[in-house]
Amino acid sequence: MDFDFTPEDEAFRAEVRKFLKQHLPKKHTPEAIAEWQKQVRAKGWVGFSWPKEVGGGGGTIAQQVILKEEMSKARAPSLGTCFMGLAWVGPSIIEYGTPEQKKKFIPDILDGKYQWCTGYSEPGSGSDLATLKTRAVRDGDDYVINGQKIWTSIAMWSKWIILLVRTEAGESKHEGITCVLVPMDSPGITVRPIKNMAGGAMFAEVFFDNVRVPVANRLGPEGQGWKVTVSALAHERSSIAEVAGLQRSLEELKALAKKSKKNGKPAAADPGVRRRLARADARIEAMRLNGLRFLTKQLKGENVGAETSVNKLHRAALEIELGELALEIEGGAGVLDGAAAPEHGKWQRMALSWPEVVIGGGTPNIQRNIIAERILGLPKDP
Amino acid sequence: MNFGFTEEQELLRSEVRKLLDESCPLEQVRKITEDPNGPGFSRELWQKIAELGWLGLTIPEAHGGAGLGWVDLVVVLEETGRSLFPSPLVSSTLAAHAIRRFGSPRQQAAWLPALADGSAIGTVALLEEDGAPGPEGVRLAGRAAGKSLTLTGEKTLVGDAASADLIVVAFRKGKSKDLGLAVVERGAAGLATKDLPGIDLTKRLGRVSLDGVKIGRDAVLAKADAAAISHLFDVGALAVTAEGVGAAEAALALTAGYAKHRVQFGRPIATFQAVKHPLAEAYVDVQSFQSLVYYAAWCVDHGHKDLPLAVSRAKAYASEALPKLGIDTIQLHGGIGYTWEYDAHLYLKRAKWLRPAFGDADWHYERVARLGGL
Repeated sequence: MDFDFTPEDEAFRAEVRKFLKQHLPKKHTPEAIAEWQKQVRAKGWVGFSWPKEVGGGGGTIAQQVILKEEMSKARAPSLGTCFMGLAWVGPSIIEYGTPEQKKKFIPDILDGKYQWCTGYSEPGSGSDLATLKTRAVRDGDDYVINGQKIWTSIAMWSKWIILLVRTEAGESKHEGITCVLVPMDSPGITVRPIKNMAGGAMFAEVFFDNVRVPVANRLGPEGQGWKVTVSALAHERSSIAEVAGLQRSLEELKALAKKSKKNGKPAAADPGVRRRLARADARIEAMRLNGLRFLTKQLKGENVGAETSVNKLHRAALEIELGELALEIEGGAGVLDGAAAPEHGKWQRMALSWPEVVIGGGTPNIQRNIIAERILGLPKDP
Repeated sequence: MNFGFTEEQELLRSEVRKLLDESCPLEQVRKITEDPNGPGFSRELWQKIAELGWLGLTIPEAHGGAGLGWVDLVVVLEETGRSLFPSPLVSSTLAAHAIRRFGSPRQQAAWLPALADGSAIGTVALLEEDGAPGPEGVRLAGRAAGKSLTLTGEKTLVGDAASADLIVVAFRKGKSKDLGLAVVERGAAGLATKDLPGIDLTKRLGRVSLDGVKIGRDAVLAKADAAAISHLFDVGALAVTAEGVGAAEAALALTAGYAKHRVQFGRPIATFQAVKHPLAEAYVDVQSFQSLVYYAAWCVDHGHKDLPLAVSRAKAYASEALPKLGIDTIQLHGGIGYTWEYDAHLYLKRAKWLRPAFGDADWHYERVARLGGL
């Protein structure tokens, strides 16, 4: 066992730290963030895991971890602004796109010219995504799309949507699903924002009424859409960034406990509070170490797949637990909101926004199925 | 960066597993441990594992050991845990660790070779009646009288007390805050040990009474103090948790295997999420406290300051998760899991044995809170 990175990797870490010293914005004003984005783009740190040929950074797995770790520790702004483009639309296009598609989309994603949104879930197809019903029917050189998507994050601010549609009859699960890239200003698209329980509207319903898209906008072969959306691009899966975020939240929560009284007594002296904080601490550390085990496998060139569900489950539980514990520490005042609440409602926001993490990207029960079926080898549900 | 094992360590793992699978399957474990007149382990296998070097794994080569570290030891302990292998391996390893770490070169030369070749069985006697798993619980009195020291008091829940030849005893010097460790040999006048029957037949515990036991100054470990006793509790917690990882994996494999084949309502019960989800959760827990164990072992080998925190995280997590898995193992089996004949209860019992050993979840979580600045 050896927790040291190679001298080359450590040199890279030094470079990142030096850059942060010089360029990390003191205040997150729009101008400062714009300047930051320009600088990190010039460094090749936007799309850092992508190959250099397409304009990415060509970062090795170890370098990706180091970059994320240092950025997270410094609480730096994001690397790039086209969030879903960078997270999965880009990787899918890099792997399955035509030369024209790569040329058209990849530079814009790296430059953050506009947002992408993701049209996977439907009213009748959530966790069981493969039953989706939105249809695309071939008409000459076009597909004509009819149907509805839901829980589409930032649909109202996006210029493009990556869409899964059914191109063959029947509902034979994965087969017959195709991936298409659709401009959000296409005639026939209606976006209706959905207000979430925290009071914000980050996601929306998207309706498709005879929307025409050129066949040239198809990503990958017809009927292979399921495969296309699961990119095999080698990006690091150590969850280092998520761990850093949780570590920060835990430290802030300990600070809250130290200055709060619960039922008239110091909250930080309450055995129940202490145990729950320690319990969260142990689980965050377990996530960190699990992540290092995944990283070790990746550095050896092995695949890391279903086991990442372990950390997803931890993260889901922790996002909920930390928000809950914060409100319990705040006691009666925990029910207040906004400026009236302790720390300007920071913990109320956490306690009401965990579904973004916990439900988006696969619910905990889906993660349990993944572990049970792919790791423990238990049979699938009928 | 490599948070994994070397090829040599993987080889060691497969050798240990092969021997235990062949020589001590659960059928044999039962035979050894259910014998009311037996010592609770097999002398023959004890000699065998001594020859294979397991007993001297962390003992320096100069004293007849292999000179390896705790990461290597964890590999062995995961396997002995998986097999619920009944032996004083953990106790003897802890005694050797204490002597190696806190004894003078002369003391090491005096005792380590016999612990390495298995001719002596060692243990550590730390815990007393009030149950505090740290130096604060040590009351046993050590009174100086000329060149000797007189030990009086009682230790409880001492691993393998009845079979131990060398007992490393924690004591307090008079009424002071000074603590120490003394090596008391079997047969010393005033020393009595008593086997305490336990739930988990694969783990023997006992009481050690010292009634004015006189030892020479050369039997007091040269560098031992309160921090040393704290350290012994830490490595003790680490060792039993490492065994807990293996036991948990075996319990999970047994239950998952059963769920795959047991048919009710016309289908294998493993297709029901009420069955598969607790198993998935158990997998999450075992993976996670295993990671915590590995890091703690690395901390021992590197003298890292994180060790107490790392151990407490691992032991707290395991003390919570393993008993839960033990109960799920029985429940998911249904009636068969409640029988003596079926093996499920062996894991439940190991879980219950492990829970308080070297500090329970409450104690370790509280230490995590304290070390984390609360």
